Amino acid sequence: MKHIMTINKANLKESAQKGGCGNCQASCQSACKTSCTVANQKCERDDK
Amino acid sequence: MIHKYYLGGLYIVLDVNSGGVHIVDELTYDLLDDAQPPFSEECPQEILDKLSAKYDPAEIRECYQELTSLYEEKILFSPDDYEKYAKFTVASPIKAMCLHIAHDCNLRCKYCFASTGDFGTGRKLMPAETGKKAIDFLLENSGNRKNLELDFFGGEPLMNFDAVKEVVKYARSREAEYGKRFRFTITTNGVLLDDDKIDFINREMSNVVLSIDGRKDVHDRMRPAINGKGSYDIILPKYKKLIENRSRDKDWYVRGTFTKYNLDFAEDVFSLYEQGFDQISVEPVVCEAEYPYALTEADVPAVAAEYERLAQRLLENDKAGKHFNFFHFMIDLDQGPCAIKRLRGCGCGNEYVAITPDGDIYPCHQFVGIEEYKMGNLDEDCWAKFYCSGGCNANNYMYMGDVLKAHTLSCEFEKKRVECAIMLQAVKSLANNQAE
Repeated sequence: MKHIMTINKANLKESAQKGGCGNCQASCQSACKTSCTVANQKCERDDK
Repeated sequence: MIHKYYLGGLYIVLDVNSGGVHIVDELTYDLLDDAQPPFSEECPQEILDKLSAKYDPAEIRECYQELTSLYEEKILFSPDDYEKYAKFTVASPIKAMCLHIAHDCNLRCKYCFASTGDFGTGRKLMPAETGKKAIDFLLENSGNRKNLELDFFGGEPLMNFDAVKEVVKYARSREAEYGKRFRFTITTNGVLLDDDKIDFINREMSNVVLSIDGRKDVHDRMRPAINGKGSYDIILPKYKKLIENRSRDKDWYVRGTFTKYNLDFAEDVFSLYEQGFDQISVEPVVCEAEYPYALTEADVPAVAAEYERLAQRLLENDKAGKHFNFFHFMIDLDQGPCAIKRLRGCGCGNEYVAITPDGDIYPCHQFVGIEEYKMGNLDEDCWAKFYCSGGCNANNYMYMGDVLKAHTLSCEFEKKRVECAIMLQAVKSLANNQAE
């Protein structure tokens, strides 16, 4: 494409289909705990 | 839904529902003011008329085709069809716990949300036995979750460090039996750090959050000791020592709070970097607007401008080969967590709970002390629970104010009835035995 460059490789919707295993870190958003932008966390699914 | 913005010399378009991130040229950026689904085969004439004073019509048509193909690939204007995952967002096993090991503190930080450590509920330390019960509670309620997080929090957790050690030892002793892995974290103001505590933290804690606000004058103004003197000079060398002795595969952060007093907080981030810290979190104070240091809506433009300035300075720093992590600008566009996690949110009161020194259970540390959000107590147990199953929810609500709090009178009467009923069965059984 000449006018557009897509920089991410993953699609959020595809992640939903195999998602929800819950092995990842909890993501408290409170400032006093250094709120996590959820997206800065890692996926920890065993069979990624 | 899309969000488009211009920052750092780039036109950026985010496709909200797919997470697609596109860098576009100015023409595309302008075109997106009008081009929306449904896309037609050719660029509509009214769009060409509007933009042709500024751009070549052939380029506009070409650009329109590129937008159409991204739309067909479902990474632009992709629909929100997440509702089908709603069931994943409720009733998860507990996997994270905030353990309030000390409701006391040796600093008097002016912005403390915990009322200088006791959450308005009286200064006390958690007995190690309560901590162990909390571990059992987490193990038993964590279902198939393998990774369990436990954050030692306060107040100041180092004021009850023997209990921290005992709870960690106990949890480790039960990991194998349950097939779980504990990840301990601790959040400290650093005052009581010594070699022994540093060794223990660096061995056992997968993450450590070290509170420090940035520049010495900024820090000391908001984080005095009980005697009113600043704490910066006490904690700084201790933090440096902890970091020097910490294995690189374990996480840590220095974490600061900025207020209206330091709207130039990028200076505090860089001050921390200059002191040798390369894992940095600095967060806006959250408090009621009446305080002189409170951030209010009037401060939003200044804070936003400072975030931009910080981002630019980080770019310049990177170019100079001086990289550090600013926690709140870290984002993984390729391998971040799944959409289910993003739909679930923080999980408080569901995947995540907080336990007070008295064993009270709250949805999270911020709810601690707010009675109506108390979810229960670790010691809450009753021999008659399998006979009444919690009693009448309506009576509980009408006379106790909460469906989950057993109506005291009904409770006492029910216990007596159950005792009588069992006794009657016992008498009958004995009589039957004797008759046989």
